[in-house]
Amino acid sequence: MKTASPFLELDSGPRVDVTWDGETLSLSEGSNLAAALLAAGVDVFRHTPVSNAPRAPFCMMGACFDCLVEIHGVTRQACMLEVTEGMVIARPQEMGAHANET
Amino acid sequence: MPMKRDLAIIGAGPAGMAAAAQAAELGLSVTVLDEQPRAGGQIYRDVDRAAASRGHILGADYTDGRRLTGDLRQSGVEHISGAVVWAIEDEFRISYTCEERGAQIEADRILLATGALERPMPIPGWTLPGVMTAGAGQILLKQSGIVAQGAVLVGSGPLLYLIAAQMVRAGTPPAAMIETQTLGDMIRALRHVGGALRGWPYMAKGLKMLAEIKRAKVPSFTGATQIAVEGEGKAEAVTFTHKGGRRRIACETVFLHHGVVPNTQAARSLGIGHHWDAAQSAFVPELDAWGQSDVAEVFIAGDGAGIGGAKLAEHAGRLVALKIAQNAGHLSTQVCNRLAAPLRRAVTRERAARPFLNAAYPPYAAALNPANSTVICRCEEVTAGDIRSYAKLGCLGPNQTKAFGRAGMGPCQGRYCGLTVTALLADANGQSPNETGYYRIRPPLKPVTLGELAAMDDAAQDAAE
Repeated sequence: MKTASPFLELDSGPRVDVTWDGETLSLSEGSNLAAALLAAGVDVFRHTPVSNAPRAPFCMMGACFDCLVEIHGVTRQACMLEVTEGMVIARPQEMGAHANET
Repeated sequence: MPMKRDLAIIGAGPAGMAAAAQAAELGLSVTVLDEQPRAGGQIYRDVDRAAASRGHILGADYTDGRRLTGDLRQSGVEHISGAVVWAIEDEFRISYTCEERGAQIEADRILLATGALERPMPIPGWTLPGVMTAGAGQILLKQSGIVAQGAVLVGSGPLLYLIAAQMVRAGTPPAAMIETQTLGDMIRALRHVGGALRGWPYMAKGLKMLAEIKRAKVPSFTGATQIAVEGEGKAEAVTFTHKGGRRRIACETVFLHHGVVPNTQAARSLGIGHHWDAAQSAFVPELDAWGQSDVAEVFIAGDGAGIGGAKLAEHAGRLVALKIAQNAGHLSTQVCNRLAAPLRRAVTRERAARPFLNAAYPPYAAALNPANSTVICRCEEVTAGDIRSYAKLGCLGPNQTKAFGRAGMGPCQGRYCGLTVTALLADANGQSPNETGYYRIRPPLKPVTLGELAAMDDAAQDAAE
């Protein structure tokens, strides 16, 4: 789900290609991954394991876990990562939100 | 395993940075662990990178944070960035994840400088994509230079005005401010006006921000009630009642805020006592005037000790560092007290405006006692009605709600539902928040993967066994 983003980037820096859900996105290098995906028009990051409800970043500070994505197969908080070239990002699998509980 | 430090500080916001520099100056070996890639905390997030390009938007109170990040760098203190702490045990071994590897350090003393979280604001539709905290909106601007066009701000409090003023300066004013405080709140707050005047720099800044927002002609609705976010799969509008009429404002982004509360997760995991603070409508840890907790050699400073803002956090960080240095034998009682005196005066000064602000911008009542159908636990999608039904079945405390319906058991570990669950159970059972209590917090404080544990260096793993 990618639409025209309500989020506007004030600065323009170097950009790198990443893969989001199978498609190529050009994101600002070294920027916060959750922020960069929002600016690129990604409005749904995952669906909840309980009711399949759509979710997107909520707190941007690593506390809420709503921005979970899968990076190279590992479930991570997008707001705690920085954009690097060639990142392969996907929506977490259905049980993704609980996969990391120990 | 490397040597045991005199002091480990969790958090590199104003309290953590100031305490680290002060403690190092007094001769202590100090390590700072912080989740973010660069020092600053949330209030000064990424200040070293953002101040030059966005300082004019974010304001002097933000760029002032470079003073603290500079002090931290100059101090030579070990600063482990990107470190997510998930356990503090055994006086004291700290386990954390950094770059997808588990690691541990040891320290004789711990300073928790873990700051604040947004007060949970469960209203209908708050889980929809496009709804974020106002703090998140600020973080987007600070760290990434990203602003939301046509956003609607909902709630109450000084931070709401700050973000609105910053959005105006960035050329993307909010579409509307839907404010929950009433004229009655302001009238009740006036009895604290003496304190507000002693804290006049806050008041002057507040009035300046209000003027900026007014000049930009941002529509403002105060005393709003029955607020909900509507949308199919994402936020499309905010609806609310204002002066007896129902209103609807279309928007794709909603920023919620009705105050911040101490982030007590780490403190609770260490068994530190907490009590309900009615003025702040939140639990605060039991601390002495230095910031010393009821658990030996564990200290807390900054908003995690009770909300006071960045300036207070900085003074409190220096103050607690003196006590820690004295405990460690680096400072006599006499010198410690002498150095503390001006810091105590500064703390008192910074606190002066708080009673006025707390009374003038109280939490939104309907979000403290949400309607039955409103989701209150975002992770496990438990509603307020679910919690009330558990109370009817005899559920007295938050820990029992976990058994009834998994509330608080998702990855956020109650950070965004804990206070709501306490409030709902207290109300349903006719108890006080103190009697009702809060979730028991146990490690891991943040999820940790088996892969991260497996990648923990061998020496640390031996020690853990």
